[in-house]
Amino acid sequence: MSAIIRGAGAATALSTFNPVDSKKLAAPSRTNLPARSKRYIVAGSDASKSFGSGLRVRHSQKLIANAVATKADTSVTTGTGHELLLYEALQEGLEEEMDRDPHVCVMGEDVGHYGGSYKVTKGLADKFGDLRVLDTPICENAFTGMGIGAAMTGLRPVIEGMNMGFLLLAFNQISNNCGMLHYTSGGQFTIPVVIRGPGGVGRQLGAEHSQRLESYFQSIPGIQMVACSTPYNAKGLMKAAIRSENPVILFEHVLLYNLKEKIPDEEYICNLEEAEMVRPGEHITILTYSRMRYHVMQAAKTLVNKGYDPEVIDIRSLKPFDLYTIGNSVKKTHRVLIVEECMRTGGIGASLTAAINENFHDYLDAPVMCLSSQDVPTPYAGTLEEWTVVQPAQIVTAVEQLCQ
Amino acid sequence: VLDFPGGKVAFTHEIQFISESSQERVPCYSVLDDNGQQITNSHFVQRGSSGEDVSDMVTLQIMDNIYYEAQRQGRLSFYATTIGEEAINIASAAALISGDVIFPQYREPGLLLWRGFTLQEFANQCFGNKSDYGKGRQMPVHYGSNKLNYFTVSATIATQLPNAVGAAYSLKIDRKNACAVTFFGNGGSSEGDFHGALNLAAVMEAPVLFICWNNGWAISTPTSYQFRSDGVVVKGRAYGIRSIRVDGNDALAMYSAVHAAREMAITEHRPLLIEALTYRVGHHSTSDDSTRYRSAYEIEWWNKARNPLSRFRTWIESNGWWSDEAESDLRSRIKKEMLEALRVAEKSEKPNLKNMFSDVYDVPPPNLKEHEFVVRQTIKSHTQDYPSNVPL
Repeated sequence: MSAIIRGAGAATALSTFNPVDSKKLAAPSRTNLPARSKRYIVAGSDASKSFGSGLRVRHSQKLIANAVATKADTSVTTGTGHELLLYEALQEGLEEEMDRDPHVCVMGEDVGHYGGSYKVTKGLADKFGDLRVLDTPICENAFTGMGIGAAMTGLRPVIEGMNMGFLLLAFNQISNNCGMLHYTSGGQFTIPVVIRGPGGVGRQLGAEHSQRLESYFQSIPGIQMVACSTPYNAKGLMKAAIRSENPVILFEHVLLYNLKEKIPDEEYICNLEEAEMVRPGEHITILTYSRMRYHVMQAAKTLVNKGYDPEVIDIRSLKPFDLYTIGNSVKKTHRVLIVEECMRTGGIGASLTAAINENFHDYLDAPVMCLSSQDVPTPYAGTLEEWTVVQPAQIVTAVEQLCQ
Repeated sequence: VLDFPGGKVAFTHEIQFISESSQERVPCYSVLDDNGQQITNSHFVQRGSSGEDVSDMVTLQIMDNIYYEAQRQGRLSFYATTIGEEAINIASAAALISGDVIFPQYREPGLLLWRGFTLQEFANQCFGNKSDYGKGRQMPVHYGSNKLNYFTVSATIATQLPNAVGAAYSLKIDRKNACAVTFFGNGGSSEGDFHGALNLAAVMEAPVLFICWNNGWAISTPTSYQFRSDGVVVKGRAYGIRSIRVDGNDALAMYSAVHAAREMAITEHRPLLIEALTYRVGHHSTSDDSTRYRSAYEIEWWNKARNPLSRFRTWIESNGWWSDEAESDLRSRIKKEMLEALRVAEKSEKPNLKNMFSDVYDVPPPNLKEHEFVVRQTIKSHTQDYPSNVPL
């Protein structure tokens, strides 16, 4: 079995995939997967044509009854494949790219022999040397600027912010130089950097270490943003981001680093502009990303027991939005709930709500609802912190409300 | 003695603060006196005939004057002159090789000129026409040329300093016999990026030259309001960087200092800081009238008594490599060429509208294609409001 190949304009051998067809294709047995897993996806920015990764293919008919997609079978069933944690998947992706292309280098605080605060760069300094895995002094703006200058002269730096919040210090370089120099130089200089790091609300990290920067960066022209949520897509997005000629900001989440999953042994990358269908459904489209995906899937369990059939999409691509996948889902379910960790004001959800209303207004049977964190700095107290983040119970209530 | 991480530290048992300034200010390296005579016993790096140096300085001066006037006449939207800093521009350029990558602030077109950017190419960028390498997207004087290793000017102050460190890092990894060179003003040395970049370069042992043109002013802010240190040169030591203060209006001293610094940067893999003392004879830009905050006398004095071009010209003429005749020939020729280049650039078509949306990414994504569609639709229904010289 192979996914539908749409010839329309697709220059490369990519498969385009209409989520509506997922049920038709989902039925065949999983043993056909090897063909799918060998396909390499070339990361391109033409979202309407480039699909693939076959993630949708992996969801069989059984999944609709089994609400929790991520646990049971995001694993590859070729028999091989290996299990690892999300931070190891990131490290694996990074290492493979550094092996493949000598121009890829890493810079950030404590990324060298310390292996990174979250161990994403563990072992890389030993393997590639101190120069390619560079420990920098504490100066986010300066080392981000350094990465940009290195990119303009031919390297492909992966810049690590120890915590995404620290990259606020690098905002000037990211907005003015990273996003703009390809444009203002008339295309003479490219800036293929990857800026990555953990963000989001953790466990009592305090307000300054619980920032959600994706909304602050979203307006910057010239950059792309993706958020990973599983070991599979973490590795795939890391690789795709490194290979992209555009600057890409890869958002990881502090609490997801220890997620375990079995991922393919074969090489693969994920498409940067593509959303991930986590659980196909009929009644309502739930759009989410990063850690909230798990809260949504937990709520989905409860919802399924109550007789609802939610379609859960991990939007993954925060800039640009994958309006193709999202649109097809809205056209099917006519109801949208966005669950995000950003603040209510000016968050990714706010931006997505606007995009959906503008583009798919005619298909909506109810106003788009968005569940976000409150507009408060994250409190340190564990109990309060828990309530700044959207909880599964709230998601269930929201779905019930929307589906009345 | 204390065995401290980083090295041994001796103890003292007196309360003694390091003074905020040393007794003597750091002396300034110079070779030519105010009259363009070589100072006896002065050391400098020989370079042979410097006819090109002078002619480029003259060209730069003429270009500045013509463009400034053009802006005042409404032909150009904006311009920033380099008047008074010609020696810094040309002498530095002469001391570098084509493989050295330059990260300018915005007062260094002389390096581009030296490397072969033509008068027409300068004019094209200033008018933002279809031949501009920047495709008409940036304001005038924000030149950039990847083939001449001159990185596109980014208007933000001092952001190019860390970029230069990155380039130096890249050259170091590739083991190239080249260095990164970056320029900034006395004002730029106050920005956080200056401190971050110098510190980073020192720790990385990156082959980068930090050249500061301390021209006394940052728009209307004099150096006494910019920093309280002995200029910029003393800051080098704070970061563990070898530094030198040079007479920026002395072409021979400038050339020698940059040449020597470059050698050290490449062979020893270290950053260097050069503070070139000079004066901003022109206004900050065409949006500024500096007579409002400084005396005309001060400007005149620097322009006459310490003019970099006059001093160098005197020296060069005394060596028989230049003459008044050569100069006047050059001046009339350049003036004609410059005015012609301006005329051609002005008449030239602007870049196509699609360039508003291209190069934001490698390939325009669907949302930008949509934006372009909307703009074009709007233009179709309001053709009379759309500029006639921008092709669709």
